[in-house]
Amino acid sequence: MYRVVKIERIKKETPSVKTFFFRDKSSPMPGQFYMLWLPGVDEFPMSISYIGEIKGFTVKKVGAGTSRMHSMHEGDKLWLRGPYGHGFSPMNGKILFVGGGSGMATLAPIIERLPGDLLIAARSRDELLFMDRFKERKIYVATDDGSLGFKGFAHELLEKILEDTKYDAIYTCGPELMLRKVIDIASSHGIEIQASLERLMKCGIGICDSCSINGYRVCVDGPVFGSHELAEMDELGRYRRDRAGRKVPI
Amino acid sequence: MLEVDINDLHFRNPLLLASGILDESGDTMLRVARSGAGGIVTKSIGMVPREGYENPVIYELPYGLLNAIGLANPGIENFGEEIKKAKEGGVPIIGSIFGGNVDEFVYLAKKMESYGVDAVELNLSCPHARGYGMEIGVDMELVEEIVGEVKKSVGIPVWAKITPNTDSVVRIAKAAEKADALVLINTIRAMAIDIDARRPVLSNKIGGLSGPCLKPVGVRAVYEVYSEVNKPIIGVGGIQNGRDALEYMMAGASAVQIGTAVYTHGLEVFTSIAREMKEWLHRNDYENVKDIIGAAQVK
Ligand SMILES: Cc1cc2nc3c(=O)[nH]c(=O)nc-3n(C[C@H](O)[C@H](O)[C@H](O)COP(=O)(O)OP(=O)(O)OC[C@H]3O[C@@H](n4cnc5c(N)ncnc54)[C@H](O)[C@@H]3O)c2cc1C
Ligand SMILES: Cc1cc2nc3c(=O)[nH]c(=O)nc-3n(C[C@H](O)[C@H](O)[C@H](O)COP(=O)(O)O)c2cc1C
Ligand code: FES
Repeated sequence: MYRVVKIERIKKETPSVKTFFFRDKSSPMPGQFYMLWLPGVDEFPMSISYIGEIKGFTVKKVGAGTSRMHSMHEGDKLWLRGPYGHGFSPMNGKILFVGGGSGMATLAPIIERLPGDLLIAARSRDELLFMDRFKERKIYVATDDGSLGFKGFAHELLEKILEDTKYDAIYTCGPELMLRKVIDIASSHGIEIQASLERLMKCGIGICDSCSINGYRVCVDGPVFGSHELAEMDELGRYRRDRAGRKVPI
Repeated sequence: MLEVDINDLHFRNPLLLASGILDESGDTMLRVARSGAGGIVTKSIGMVPREGYENPVIYELPYGLLNAIGLANPGIENFGEEIKKAKEGGVPIIGSIFGGNVDEFVYLAKKMESYGVDAVELNLSCPHARGYGMEIGVDMELVEEIVGEVKKSVGIPVWAKITPNTDSVVRIAKAAEKADALVLINTIRAMAIDIDARRPVLSNKIGGLSGPCLKPVGVRAVYEVYSEVNKPIIGVGGIQNGRDALEYMMAGASAVQIGTAVYTHGLEVFTSIAREMKEWLHRNDYENVKDIIGAAQVK
């Protein structure tokens, strides 16, 4: 059943991303997600990006549902179910968080809980998410167009960083092709990794099979997976399932 | 102790995965097989790929689930690889199919047979897809024709899954009597409204109700049909634990299918139900679960 929450504040983070703050009694773990219903529009998964008493979803505008959300105002309502899924778990040693685009939204709560450095990547300088929120941390920056920091993709910068800095563990979330590369790099360097994955979700509760990847359900077995499970996912970065359940190349 | 045979098919236990739950991709079906299911019924597959309804397609209730997935499926031509993968699990795979007319059912059944499934299950009972499922499944002549024609066209066993959304399950079961086994029941047509949104929750408005609240309806259907139709019955609806499964079998089911309990109890549900059944049978001096089939039928 849904709970109705009221949007208390809206913050524009980048030209395409807004955070919606609300109060809700649930106690999510970093990396968990909710199913968010906009009656008459759509229902879709959203990671929790602020997990305190005041909670927040940080939402990138991509299609019908998220566009409607971007046109909402303080005082408007959201319908939620959740939290769902397995979130991030603590890892030891020197940590690097690698967030691409809106993937930073999913990573933010675990960054707040653990010390470590950040690699924030986006298409351009304007789209870098949460540079302010984590300004006390060491942040490596990559932009596709070179408008700030390293010019190129997150994984290219990661390879450079690892040439002279040692990290024991990586937490990552972002576009799938970036994730695939980051996972492969971590594995070749023997670095433990946890990645939060995205797949099309219909039920969100582990019964419809629409979010499955190599037999793992992203909604209940994930969305966060560890090195061992990720190593088995040869579909990651290569195939996804469409709304009909067809396997299609990415 | 839990082994059963239905139409020459051997099952290591009578706990099959119900159609539509975790059975769209071969890898997932393989995982369910490895989690202890005695057999697997695939998602209902049609002639062409179908995206199904828009979200929300599912609604969680305290006593079950409401769903209107809308027969989403990759289409029969794309399903061969998934079956092949699922077969690696070593348990019987039952290909569920839905069509809009006799010819489609026949085509789909033959195709499933060519993919190597051990039986086909005819979905004559989906409660929320226009022109399919129960819209066909309450037309007695059509049911008889579909079952008869599919029987003539394939060599593997043909199971008919029947809707409870009718005034007489027995009459429909009789119309489907040529099938090798009857599967009772699919979900009940139902609706939920969110009062704050002032609208039905499911995008399709109407969906199918499953889970614990459905069990008494399923048990009744199995009980009624058992004495009227001389074919093996597979009981479905609201089974969560060993006692529920035994209840269905005492009503007359030779095996059962499990759907919603995968959500409430996780994939471990197959092994936990099997353990509970064995404990009960052992305590009550039964050597084989077959001995309780129909045991509750009162003459
Ligand atoms: C577990 C999980 C957590 C998520 N957390 C966040 C989050 O914190 N912040 C955030 O902004 N987004 C997040 N997403 C993605 C978000 O769910 C989608 O952006 C949303 O469903 C799009 O809905 P829509 O109605 O706006 O777009 P639609 O109209 O449904 O789609 C518009 C276009 O976007 C594409 N699209 C839709 N969903 C995705 C997707 N998941 N990945 C890539 N492309 C997609 C479609 O193919 C289509 O081309 C998360 C997804 C998952 C699975
Ligand atoms: C999400 C969902 C999808 C389903 N899809 C199908 C389907 O494609 N074909 C079918 O014959 N039954 C389908 N069913 C019905 C189930 O197979 C089963 O008959 C019903 O859920 C009752 O069993 P349960 O209470 O154990 O879930 C579906 C049920 C659910 C919950
Ligand atoms: S979204 Fe249905 S199984 Fe994950």
